[in-house]
Parts: sequence; structure tokens; C-alpha cells
Amino acid sequence: MHLEQGTVPRDYQSYLDRKVRWIVFGILVAFFLFVMAISVGAVAIPPLDVIQTLFGISASVKWERIIWNIRLPQALAAVIAGIGLAIAGVAMQSILRNPLASPFTLGISSAGAFGAAVSVVLLGTGNIHSTVANPISISNPYLTTVVAFIFCMLATGVILMISHIKGASPEVMVLTGVALSSLFSAGVMFLQYFSTDAQLAAVVFWTFGDVGRATWDMLPLMSFVVGAGTLYFIANRWNYNAIDAGDETAQGLGVDVSRVRLVGMTIAALISAVIVALLGVIGFVGLVCPHMVRRIIGDDQRYLIPGSAVMGAILLLASDTVARVIVAPFVLPVAVLTAFMGAPVFIFLLFRGYKR
Amino acid sequence: MTEMLTVNELKFMYRNRNVLEKIGFSIEQGQVVAVLGPNGVGKTTLLKCLNRILRPREGAVMLDDENLLGLTTMEIARRVGYVPQRVETGRLTAFDAVLLGRRPHIGWDVTPRDIAIVDAIFTKLGMESLRLSYIDEMSGGELQKVAIARALVQEPKVLLLDEPTSNLDLKNQVDILTTIRDIVRDHKIAAVMTMHDLNQALRFADTFIFIKNGSVYIHGSNDIVTPSVIEDVYGLPVMIGEFGGIRCVIPGACKIA
Repeated sequence: MHLEQGTVPRDYQSYLDRKVRWIVFGILVAFFLFVMAISVGAVAIPPLDVIQTLFGISASVKWERIIWNIRLPQALAAVIAGIGLAIAGVAMQSILRNPLASPFTLGISSAGAFGAAVSVVLLGTGNIHSTVANPISISNPYLTTVVAFIFCMLATGVILMISHIKGASPEVMVLTGVALSSLFSAGVMFLQYFSTDAQLAAVVFWTFGDVGRATWDMLPLMSFVVGAGTLYFIANRWNYNAIDAGDETAQGLGVDVSRVRLVGMTIAALISAVIVALLGVIGFVGLVCPHMVRRIIGDDQRYLIPGSAVMGAILLLASDTVARVIVAPFVLPVAVLTAFMGAPVFIFLLFRGYKR
Repeated sequence: MTEMLTVNELKFMYRNRNVLEKIGFSIEQGQVVAVLGPNGVGKTTLLKCLNRILRPREGAVMLDDENLLGLTTMEIARRVGYVPQRVETGRLTAFDAVLLGRRPHIGWDVTPRDIAIVDAIFTKLGMESLRLSYIDEMSGGELQKVAIARALVQEPKVLLLDEPTSNLDLKNQVDILTTIRDIVRDHKIAAVMTMHDLNQALRFADTFIFIKNGSVYIHGSNDIVTPSVIEDVYGLPVMIGEFGGIRCVIPGACKIA
């Protein structure tokens, strides 16, 4: 059929421009917080000197060392993990058609914690060292990370297999995730019950997600996985919009719904697994950032995905900065702060309703 | 009039249960086709087999000499539009919701042509004022129009509609069905819709397909719609009378004085 040519309505264009402006504003806020995150800490560095140092103009050798060796990798990890958790959350909410879905709905966090517990208790990688920077640390972080990652992917594999056999229905995926989550949590409790005080502390410590664990050698892997995942989700934004309109509508529009679900779920799980294995469990970001953005710029995935990525970076940077100053000289793990920081903002947005 | 859609020996099984068996019929350009039959007889299943949302076990669906069942889902979506019974809402404007109908034609991003087509359909359906309304704040009738507009911007040759008037009030039922009939005639496409309301079917459809026991019981223009056919298919005696030149079906045996 043929439709006569219409025009690009001006009011529609300005409606889209408004969304773009929100995202650009978010990026500016994120950059501001990025500088603040580097500036604030045991030694305060003036924000201007931070910017100079980042652009390669040396302000002072001492600050250069602090920034490049300690603060920058931590701030970058906050940005990358924030983006990764938030886009995994957006994708899971769309794939599972469930507003409560998050990167951890499929039991990835419990699986990771169980993996860490196995490593600490059974493989003996846990120990207590007392240093100023880290009150408790794990004696072999590499092995712990690897084992945690293996269990994360094991959980994903089980859900994929069951979804593949039973058809990729959101109900099957969610319920399998809940079951696996409980199973791994029980496993962690079992191991904790038989562990020594030191091992118990190490396991509990591991589960507190902390971007302070990030080192330069972690960042390439994290950025690659999160970057590739973000690109994938953005490339599939129309498919997610279609699935949001209902499975049958999506199929009528030529979208292979089962395939989009399975691939999207795998990528979201991979992103979450890498972040959990490297930094521990950081809750709330993946669940709430997408909803915050929905309240501001709506459900259109074309803007929701990039918007959530920016919001994830903002929330994690802000939480990490506050975590380092709130009870100084003690440093809280960021996971404690994400909910403290995010929940009031989120409740405010829920209370206010949608932006018109 | 030329035949555009021909269904041959279509067979669909759900696990080991035969749902559709040897379904065959053909449809001409510019026709509105009503698929009729009691609940659970497989009307929706038939509709979903036509654009391969469900994969038939056997048979062919020929659209202008092409077997739709041999095409990719994206290729089918460029030829056949589908309006399901249930449409999900979200925080989207009607314009964005309809723009989604361009999905089968979109490469990386929408082009000005896509936007222009969407804009034109809003004018065509007389719903310009709804363009920037959020669909989660719309009434059932408005939402159904959005869903139909979405299927129309796919630029389909055939439109499939699953009970397009369920959940609508009387005025909206007539509005929607009039819109569908006008679009089908103007653009020389065809529409196949499942329906429960025999009176609306008699008023708006050109061709009637009655389904019974998983196969076509009878297929033809409105002269096949008789009390005996309806009683055979639905198991309920009815009267058919004429009211202001419009044929009406009224349940009950023809004994009332």
C-alpha cells in the first residue's frame, strides 16, 4: 500500500530534542561527579588540578601518582560498572517483561557469592590482612574472581538450557532465576556454617561490592564487555521496543522474540558476571537506574538505554564518592551506599509520577 | 478482482493435537474477510499461521505467487501486518508507538520517509491530535486505532486482525470497522479478521469463513450466512432478519410471534 508523503512534525522533533537534552545534561553531571570522585579522598586534590592531570598537564608529581594509581582506576571502574549494571537492568526488564527484573534476577549475585565462598572456604584463598586501605583482604583475589565468574556463568548456563528446552518465556526465566538464587544462597550459608572466623569474614567482605577493588589490569576486560554489550543493546533498541509492545506485536513486526530474549539475557548475564566477579555484588543500580530514567524521559528504548547508562555512571560515582567521605577515615564499600543514595531519589521520582 | 492470498491445505498441530486440518481458501484484493466460529475452534491460530507467528505443519500460504512460509520473518512483516488481541502499553507517545510499525523497513535508524509515512497515517485515520499523547493514558478505542495504524505503516498487502472490536463500545466498534473497510478498499489490500459479533461481520465483511472442527465449514459471500449454517457451527438456533436493509442475527428459535 502507498501512503502520501507527510512531513516531519515539528512538535515531535522538539519532543525528541528534549530527551536528547536530558541525556546531554546527564553526561555533564557524570563528568562533574567523575572529577569530584577523583578530587575527594584522604588527600583532597583541587578539581582544577584533577582536570589538568587528566589531560596530561602535570600539576604535581604527588597528585599525579595518587590520581593515576589509585583514584582514576576506581572512578573509571565506577563509571564502567555503573553503565554495565544499568544497561543490563534495562535489558532484563524488557526481556523479562518485569519491572522488578535486574541484572541479578537470574541469580548471578548469589552464584558469584557462592563461587567466592567455595574459593575461600574449600580452596583456601581467604585470609585476613590488616592494612589501612583494606581492613580485610583476600589472599588470592585472582582465583576467587575466577571461581566466582565460573559459578556466575554456570547459573546463566542452567537458565539458558532450561529456557531453550521449555521455550524462552519470561515466567520460566524469572522462576528459574529465583530457584537458582535460593539454591546458591543456601550453598553460601552451608559453607559459612563450616568456615572459620577468618574465612567467614572474607566471604562476607567479598560480597560487599566495592569499586575500590578495581585495578588497571581489570579495566580493559570490563570496558570491553560493557562496551560491546552496550553496543549490542543499542543496536537492538527497536527489537526491545517491539517486545515492550507485546510478544505478538513484536512477532508481527518480524522480530524473532525468543532469539532476542536468549541472546539479550546471555549478554546481560555476562556483563553482570564480569562486574560481580571483579567488584563484588553492587545492588540497586541495575534495578533502579532504568526506572529513574523512565520517569524522566519515558520508555522509548532509543533513549532509555543510553539514558540508563548515564544514570548508572552517575549513581555509582556519587555513591562511591560519598562512601569515601561519609565516615572518613574509614571507607565504606560502595554497595552499602547505592541503596542509601538511590532509594530516596527513586521514591521521590515514583511519588512525583511521570514527567510530562 | 484478482486473487491475492491463497491458503492451501494448511495443517497445524499443537503438540499431538490437531488444531487445524486442511484449511484452504482464497481472498481477493480489496476484500474484508471475517473468520467466524466458536471460542477455541482455532480462529486465532489460523490467523497466526498466516504470518507464521505459528509454524504450520503442512500447507502453503501464497501471497501474489510467493509462499509466505518460505520467507524470513522480516520479509513476512513487510508484506503482512498483524494486530493482536492484546496490546501492551508503556510510557510512549502514539507517534513512537506507530513508528515501531516501520521496524521491518528500518535499517540502523528511522529515515525522514519513515517519519513522513507515520505522520500521514495519523492524518488518514483522523487522529492528528493523538500524535504526542502517551499510550498508557489512552482509552481502549484510541489504543486499538494506534495498533491498527502501527500495522498499516508496515505497508502491508494483507492486514490480519485478531478480534479488532473486542473490548470496544458500540461507536468505537463501528469506527474501527469502517476505518478498516475504507483502508482496505482505498489501498487495494485485504484484511482478514477473526470476529465474534456476527452482526458486525455481516455489516462490514465481504467474505465469510466459518471454521468448525479445525477445518473450513463453509466459505463465501454473505448469502452463505444462514440460520442453518450458524446453528451447525455454533450449536445455537438463530433467526436472521432484516432491519433497515441490514441483515441481523438474533439468537433463539424462530417461534416468537
